[in-house]
Amino acid sequence: MSKIGIGKAINAGMRRAMERDPKVVIMGEDIGKLGGVFRVTENLQKDFGEDRVIDTPLAESGIVGTAIGMALRGYRPIVEIQFDGFVYPAFSQITCQVAKMRARSLGKIKLPMVIRIPVGGGIGAVEHHSESNEAYFAHTAGLRVVACSNPEDAYWMIQQAIESDDPIVFYEPKRRYHEKGEVDLTATTAPRSLFEATIARAGSDVTVAAYGPMVKVCLDAATVAAEEGRSIEVIDLRSLSPLDLDVLATSVEKTGRLVVTHEAPTFLGMGAEIAAAISQRCFYHLESPVIRVGGYNLPYPPSRIEEDFLPDLDRVLDGVDRALAY
Amino acid sequence: MSDNEVAMPEHAAHAAAVAALTAPVPETIGDGGAELVQLLTPEGERVDHVGHPEYSATIDELTDDDLRGFYRDQVLIRRVDAEATALQRQGELGIWASLLGQEAAQVGSARALRTQDYAFPTYREHGVAWVRGVNPLNLLGLFRGVNQGGWDPNENNFHLYTIVIGAQTLHAVGYAMGIQHDHAVGTGEPDRDAAVIAYFGDGATAQGDVNESFVYAASMNAPVVFFCQNNQWAISQPVEKQTRIPLYQRARGCGCPGVGVDGNDVLAVYAVTKAAMNAARSGQGPMMIEAYTYRMGAHTTSDDPTKYRVSADVEVWKLRDPIARLKAYLTSSGKADKSYFDAVDVEADALAVTVREGCLSMPDPEPASMFDNVYVDEHPLVEAERAAFAAYTASFEGGH
Repeated sequence: MSKIGIGKAINAGMRRAMERDPKVVIMGEDIGKLGGVFRVTENLQKDFGEDRVIDTPLAESGIVGTAIGMALRGYRPIVEIQFDGFVYPAFSQITCQVAKMRARSLGKIKLPMVIRIPVGGGIGAVEHHSESNEAYFAHTAGLRVVACSNPEDAYWMIQQAIESDDPIVFYEPKRRYHEKGEVDLTATTAPRSLFEATIARAGSDVTVAAYGPMVKVCLDAATVAAEEGRSIEVIDLRSLSPLDLDVLATSVEKTGRLVVTHEAPTFLGMGAEIAAAISQRCFYHLESPVIRVGGYNLPYPPSRIEEDFLPDLDRVLDGVDRALAY
Repeated sequence: MSDNEVAMPEHAAHAAAVAALTAPVPETIGDGGAELVQLLTPEGERVDHVGHPEYSATIDELTDDDLRGFYRDQVLIRRVDAEATALQRQGELGIWASLLGQEAAQVGSARALRTQDYAFPTYREHGVAWVRGVNPLNLLGLFRGVNQGGWDPNENNFHLYTIVIGAQTLHAVGYAMGIQHDHAVGTGEPDRDAAVIAYFGDGATAQGDVNESFVYAASMNAPVVFFCQNNQWAISQPVEKQTRIPLYQRARGCGCPGVGVDGNDVLAVYAVTKAAMNAARSGQGPMMIEAYTYRMGAHTTSDDPTKYRVSADVEVWKLRDPIARLKAYLTSSGKADKSYFDAVDVEADALAVTVREGCLSMPDPEPASMFDNVYVDEHPLVEAERAAFAAYTASFEGGH
């Protein structure tokens, strides 16, 4: 076992994928010598060459658009978008082209590509560097969207995403890149499917659903709640499209209460979809309405006050209290 | 010396730059300018392009069969196009984007491609599709609304039509990068070296994606030829309002040399495209070609050009018709005679009948087929909705 951070785990996962399949290439800004602004591609260009770790001009639509062409030629490109807020110039290529290519060709072509996006706030950044835009892409048919929350998942999920024949938007919790965990880099099979939700912590009173950077917040909240005698079950959704509602519904049927958390604004966010789906599916099991704890419906605020915008441990517990008040 | 005095010369330079930018649009844009490569005059006279004997040499290598083929392709696709317009008028197609007037630009450029080359079209490249071997009925399927394209791009190395303006130019560059990675550039093996041609129109030159594609292609030295059909109109916006320089100069600043060609001269288009594709295949990097032509019809069947252009302009361009001038040349040079032209007309009418019958007998897709091919691997939401749709549909069976 190795104790590594999420960034290093993704790096190790991409390295393995590139060793296995010569068609895997990485494209993005500053990913070569620099190793990416978060160093997630560190040393990969040195070891695999400039042909496979391609430093691109500074234009995101161009990165995704040319990656489409590479995929049409038979390659499996991994695209690195430098920051969440910089994916928008590529929005048309992702939603109009990447997502629809298979349907438009009646299944005759596929676009295996991974679009990696460091996501979320909490790093004291200037504007456009702290956004959570997963709902846009989860809303788009033809894309799959996943979010890793810990090093072991990061290591395996990136490999599984690269192996997928469908295009995948891969969210990386940027404020957790350096948080370490045990990863078995010698294992040969993934512990679970890419699209499966997991029980990150078992509990019985309230279910709290999270993904990406919020999983740790919710686990910490569960620890605190346990000290107060409340048992929280934390579900790490891992995949946002498809959504693994089975694991979530099983949990909610047990606890009768659900709090959905994310950094993204709640209005029309993942929590809204989950609340609707679980309300329909678990109607007779619910003891309270589904509670959403997320970012406010605002432009992401200046970093000095971002802690007041981001859902933290206390706001998660506040949500739990509200669920238990029914 | 005061700060103001120091700044004065800069202000003057700035004023001069502003004056240059706001100067009247150069006259050369109006008729394409003297730099356009032309090998066949509108009257059908074979001419050389001064300073470029290689273009004439390329044409001299063509057989009479080749030249007749250039003619036949143009006549057949124009006939298909006319039939498609008629089918739309009769309610059989939802919309049609006519290529009328652009036959030479499309046939000439497509004929310069090799089998292993790849073409990325807009939604108007019916002539390119025809030359690449795509069944015209596949094109009609898109406009009839039975699919979104649906042909196999790899069958003819002809990508799906792209409707988002300019998006395909980036796909073309990426595909060309793939060719580079496959070491299929500059080997000197004629069946191995490949290049890509990216089609787009004058309107698309304003798009960010097109400009990014110039930058990427130059940066990567990708084997791609940017083929811009300047048909003078981006729906209602004339090209004079879109650009202050001839479009073939547009990519130069990015490092892609540009050539302007008389887009209604199939021989010039062929020769110029062939040279550019050869250069790309041999590893010399990207080029841009502007084929100066005219959209004789409406933007699409939903458009009404009488609102924004005068018929006198169209009359001028009728005199530059691409098919008429090649016919004149074939006739005067004795390479084809009336019996040949008549035979092509008969073939064109027969093709139109086939296209019409094929269109009318094209079945609507099964409604449930919309759930197919969204993903390669099964997606639970799609499957759940497929099942719900089937149950809902079945609930009406037996009368309602």
